[in-house]
Amino acid sequence: MNRVEFTKEMKKTHKILVPMMLPIHFQFLQNIFRQNGYQIELLQTKGQQIIDEGLKNVHNDTCYPALLVIGQMIDALKSGNYDTDHIALAITQTGGGCRASNYIHLLRKALKQAGFGHVPVISVNFSKLEKNSGFKLTGSMLLRLLYGFLYGDMLMWIKNQCKPYERHAGASDALVQKWINNISEQFNSLSFLKLHHNYKIMLEDFAAIKRENTPKIQVGIVGEIYMKYAPLGNNELEDFLIKEGCEPVVSGVLDFGLYCLENTLIDHEYYNRSRKSYRFVAMASRYIQHLQMKAIKAIRQQGVFREPDTFQEVMESSEGIINRGTKMGEGWLLTSEMVALIKSNVSNIVCCQPFGCLPNHIVAKGMTRKIKNIYPNANIVAVDYDPSATRVNQENRLKLMLSNARLTARFAQAEEEKRAAAKQQAYAYETR
Amino acid sequence: MTYKLGIDVGSTTLKAVLLNEQDEIIYKSYERHKSRVREMSVEKIEELKPLLLGHKIAIAITGSAGLGVASGAQLPFVQEVFATAQAVKKYYPTTDVVVELGGEDAKIIFLKGALEERMNSTCAGGTGAFIDQMASLLDVDLETMDQLSLQYTTLYPIASRCGVFAKSDVQPLINQGVEKSNLAASIFQAVVDQSIAGLAQGRNIEGNVLFLGGPLHFLKGLQKRFKETLHLNEDEANFPALAPYFVALGSAVYADNETVLYTYEELLHKMKTMAQQKVKNDGLPPLFASEQDYQEFVQRHANAHVDRKDIHKYQGKAWLGIDSGSTTTKLVLIDEEDNILYESYANNQGNPVDVIQKELLQIYDLMEDRITISHAAVTGYGEELMKHAFHLDIGVVETMAHYQAAKHFNPNVDFIIDIGGQDMKCFRIKDNSIDDILLNEACSSGCGSFIETFAKSMGYEIKEFARMGLHGKHPVDLGTRCTVFMNSSVKQAQKNGASMEDISAGLCISVVKNALYKVIRAKSAEEIGKEIVVQGGTFLNDTVLRSFELELGRHVIRPGIAHLMGAYGAALLAKQKHANTSSILDKTALENFTHTSQASNCGLCTNHCNLTINTFADGTRHIAGNKCERPIIGRANKEKLPNLYDFKYEELLKCKGISGVRGKIGIPLVLNMYDNLPFWHSFFTNLGFEVVLSDRSSKALYAKGQHTISSDTICYPAKLVHGHIQSLIDKGIDTIFYPCMSYNVDEQMSDNHFNCPVVAYYPEVIEGNMDLEGITFLYPYVYLEDRHTFETKIFEYFRSQDMDITYKEITAAASHAYVAYEEFKQKIQQEGARALAFAKTHHRKTIVLAGRPYHVDPQINHGIHRLLSNLGFVVVSEDSIPKQSQRPSIHVLNQWTFHARMYNAAQFVTTQNDMELIQLVSFGCGIDAITADEVKDILRRHNKLYTQIKIDEVDNLGAVKIRCRSLLAAMEEREG
Repeated sequence: MNRVEFTKEMKKTHKILVPMMLPIHFQFLQNIFRQNGYQIELLQTKGQQIIDEGLKNVHNDTCYPALLVIGQMIDALKSGNYDTDHIALAITQTGGGCRASNYIHLLRKALKQAGFGHVPVISVNFSKLEKNSGFKLTGSMLLRLLYGFLYGDMLMWIKNQCKPYERHAGASDALVQKWINNISEQFNSLSFLKLHHNYKIMLEDFAAIKRENTPKIQVGIVGEIYMKYAPLGNNELEDFLIKEGCEPVVSGVLDFGLYCLENTLIDHEYYNRSRKSYRFVAMASRYIQHLQMKAIKAIRQQGVFREPDTFQEVMESSEGIINRGTKMGEGWLLTSEMVALIKSNVSNIVCCQPFGCLPNHIVAKGMTRKIKNIYPNANIVAVDYDPSATRVNQENRLKLMLSNARLTARFAQAEEEKRAAAKQQAYAYETR
Repeated sequence: MTYKLGIDVGSTTLKAVLLNEQDEIIYKSYERHKSRVREMSVEKIEELKPLLLGHKIAIAITGSAGLGVASGAQLPFVQEVFATAQAVKKYYPTTDVVVELGGEDAKIIFLKGALEERMNSTCAGGTGAFIDQMASLLDVDLETMDQLSLQYTTLYPIASRCGVFAKSDVQPLINQGVEKSNLAASIFQAVVDQSIAGLAQGRNIEGNVLFLGGPLHFLKGLQKRFKETLHLNEDEANFPALAPYFVALGSAVYADNETVLYTYEELLHKMKTMAQQKVKNDGLPPLFASEQDYQEFVQRHANAHVDRKDIHKYQGKAWLGIDSGSTTTKLVLIDEEDNILYESYANNQGNPVDVIQKELLQIYDLMEDRITISHAAVTGYGEELMKHAFHLDIGVVETMAHYQAAKHFNPNVDFIIDIGGQDMKCFRIKDNSIDDILLNEACSSGCGSFIETFAKSMGYEIKEFARMGLHGKHPVDLGTRCTVFMNSSVKQAQKNGASMEDISAGLCISVVKNALYKVIRAKSAEEIGKEIVVQGGTFLNDTVLRSFELELGRHVIRPGIAHLMGAYGAALLAKQKHANTSSILDKTALENFTHTSQASNCGLCTNHCNLTINTFADGTRHIAGNKCERPIIGRANKEKLPNLYDFKYEELLKCKGISGVRGKIGIPLVLNMYDNLPFWHSFFTNLGFEVVLSDRSSKALYAKGQHTISSDTICYPAKLVHGHIQSLIDKGIDTIFYPCMSYNVDEQMSDNHFNCPVVAYYPEVIEGNMDLEGITFLYPYVYLEDRHTFETKIFEYFRSQDMDITYKEITAAASHAYVAYEEFKQKIQQEGARALAFAKTHHRKTIVLAGRPYHVDPQINHGIHRLLSNLGFVVVSEDSIPKQSQRPSIHVLNQWTFHARMYNAAQFVTTQNDMELIQLVSFGCGIDAITADEVKDILRRHNKLYTQIKIDEVDNLGAVKIRCRSLLAAMEEREG
């Protein structure tokens, strides 16, 4: 199919629309692109009309994330807020055995049907799938993007440990925004490279937020990548959990990146494929993990917040449960994340999946039984998201999971008190 | 000391329980709320005034609609499953498992060991609502249905996945004349199976089981089915008298933990505040902006009508048309000028034969000697049975009948949409012939009967309910998926306090959107057509009609006889035959007409079709439920047309084991094994293993593994894997081989050669969810494309499993295996070539039945290939089509091996005459959401027809038959 290229001229004349996925990370992305001469805007629209456009323009049995993202884009083009002759769209493309590799094609098809066939679509991929002369990820941009995601992961991780406890509503979000601006500013120079230095001040800043002391029930969020992170997809799940008096635990998106790299290595190991890229990928993976460690170390040094698992720990936690050859969609990473959460005592887990997501039949629902056999107190709820699943239905499921979580927490507390009382008694007896 | 009040506001009912200081129940109630959730909550408190006054009250609210009440009144809310568990622990502490069926939910709580609570997923349909729907389908009330079920003799398999699916299983059984008692019991059995398959997911329901919820309390037949299926004795199965109130009781128990107590006045005040809160109106715009709009609409549609002539006065010839539909039977008698002399529209009431007999007698009475029937035609689901029973002259395909009728109202009609009680049909007309047929898949068959059942469950008559919708001020937006989702959307709307008018309008809009976006998948009004005729009983509902016009943005023709179009069309077709005599039973024969039906199992082949044998007064019989001609003519069809599906299946079953030194190895014949088996068979045979295949697929085999299925929305072929593995275990096989394969072989027809995620990794699910103790389950990750890698990796794998096989042995066995696989593929290609040559020399039409390799499994394809043979088609498979020199251009990434074969086959079809393609799609197959559009596109570009058949565990070929016959008719018409 003939595609409309994003040409060099368009870089000057066209605005690129990017659907929001990670509310913190994508702001970095936006700022980095702007600094490099692109006109870019994050789509943060909400509402039923997005789903309606998706239903109209995409095969209804397609995965929900595709339906949402495409619906959001077409809704934006139709909104009248943009000059559609000077608009381009960007979407990621993975290239695995999952349907997700086809999002970009579905988007183009939908655009054509909706009368926007002239709008160029930029594929953001690292697999050399498609090229555009006006869109080039330079080395300097890639480096900044990587750091943007490192900072994003850190901010997301710490924010979730602060926001549920903050005494002044909005304090954590305000601080996150302050740091997004701060780091974005640093992308103009090279000072963003000082990870350790930035982390240290950042952590101090967050530690200074006035917080409640009573611990809250922790709930891990795992799932299909869009559903896991995008508020539009999961109906603002993080905020919902906070409102319900819980602390959401959401691991960083770079783990997904590392998972993708790891799959290339596994392809080589299992099938003797990807011979050429093997070395480079192995090196990249090591480098990113090395950078990730800096965050962990900084948190440990400060000693206020809980640190995330290393990627190695995450990876190893599913050993004996699922083979690392399961590499489509979120693959073994999803199972790993569930187990890693349970191992770090976050046994309440929401698994967000688009209705009918093929890999999730295997790695999420398919593995729940096995995980529960090994960890009987795992409290996992799978929530299906689709164009018609109502919020009530989803929230009802979540509430059941939370009720159980609270019950377990109460039991644990009662046990703890009993033990303490027994100890006291024993002590009293001994000292008598 | 305090009183504890629990209120359970469910989807259809409001339950309340009040406990006194001693935790004794001093009040309980169970009432339908008809969506008046807020008002009734207030009334309930007021009603309890004498009991509550002067006491301190702890309260907790629960239930799906309770959340809105609780948050509005700022009172404590408790999740319903959790509430149930509280009451069980308190009142029935020895319980191991709780099974609860509610109006729309099914829940299981495991109390023994690790506490586990499960609710039905968003897809598995409601239960109470489902039984309600089934009862109205059988045209009996719940009590009668229950009584009937206790007298059953045979259980029929009915899809247990979701209400909508079950419905399409039940309907043909009704039409075939199966006894209601058997149907009632089978329906209850389906509910039981659904609970086990959908909720237990690998955990056994055993020990002391407590059954809760309305349906399980009121329906003895359902209780019986549960007890028998779960093998529970009287002591183990517990049906407490409190069952209907149990959740309310649980929330009262829960309330005991609440520290905030209220007086009666405080409580009433809070509830009243809630009821008065302004409801946010984000509904859809109303259907009519003004009364004038409405009048214009009414007048416009009054124009499309057929003249009636008085049957008492008419003299001469007449033609009869019968539409024997799924829920209703329609009869029309027309005169020389196509005017209607007699019309009737009657509910089948579970016995359509009786309905027609009665109507015909009535017609004979009215005709006296003045009128003679010159010809009679029948169409619809019951076509064959009725044609036989009443000796009608011709049977016509539904689509043709409807087109004929539509043409009468608009000769230029280019699009017809028919929404009936159970189904939805759309056809596009091009050059005076049917160009494209769309039927609703089993999944979205919400359709008309949904509105009706819903109206009933809310306590309204359908006509009244439909009228209410016209004046909804802010119709609620209920989404467009299957009815089950609509149910929960309605819950949401109720929670928000939407009015009945708005819900009625919302439902109708939803049915329309379902038709437009799910069935037709319309992108724009232009695409649908310019001259649209809408018909079917559902369109007599003005709210539906108006919604349709609004959604489409154009006017359509709705004939006054919208509900009779099939019968009218049949009558017109009968008339076109220009015959003067009719073989229809005369009055005497009709008066003496009797009809009995009997269930039986066909034993003539391994399909074991459930047959229904109808015997009529004159001793003739009609057999229904069969997939081939054998039970009728007593042997296989004389002229055997080439059929690649049979050929492939038989070829695969030739892979018999040869006893070897290394013992037995079991291989499940599932998914990609339908392609790879010859490879593995040869490989292991040459290594000295005796290969043992799993049994052939069957319902019984499926049931064996059903309880271990971890995802109830996965495709049927994957679900069957569980049964196959179990069949190997039952045979005493202790080593099972079932490899994971991310990549398939590269056939140079695609950009990449992946397997779909389910095919690739299903062994992981088997390992994680089935009890494989004592079994060596071998599921290595293999890659056949690179032979050297395959050999090295499988060698290492065997070594890791302590299997003593040398590398040399492996390379030797592999070289045989690669050859065997190649030979198998060549055989298919050769047979394909033979079939095509046969079709040419014998002037046969050919169908490329394009699916996946596993679609050759008769349990998966339900015998569609044989049905095509019976219609006279030569049937070839997608993989028997030679690789085309030109790769078809497609819009998506061509990256799955099996799917590339379909694109290739489609490309081939475009170059052939007398050949069309039917795509088989498994329900829940996500990848086909992508391929279907592409295959269609390839075909349409070259003016070929596209037919898609979605298959699931539902074993009902009624709709499929209509499609295939319509396809044949369309092909014939195109020839001119």
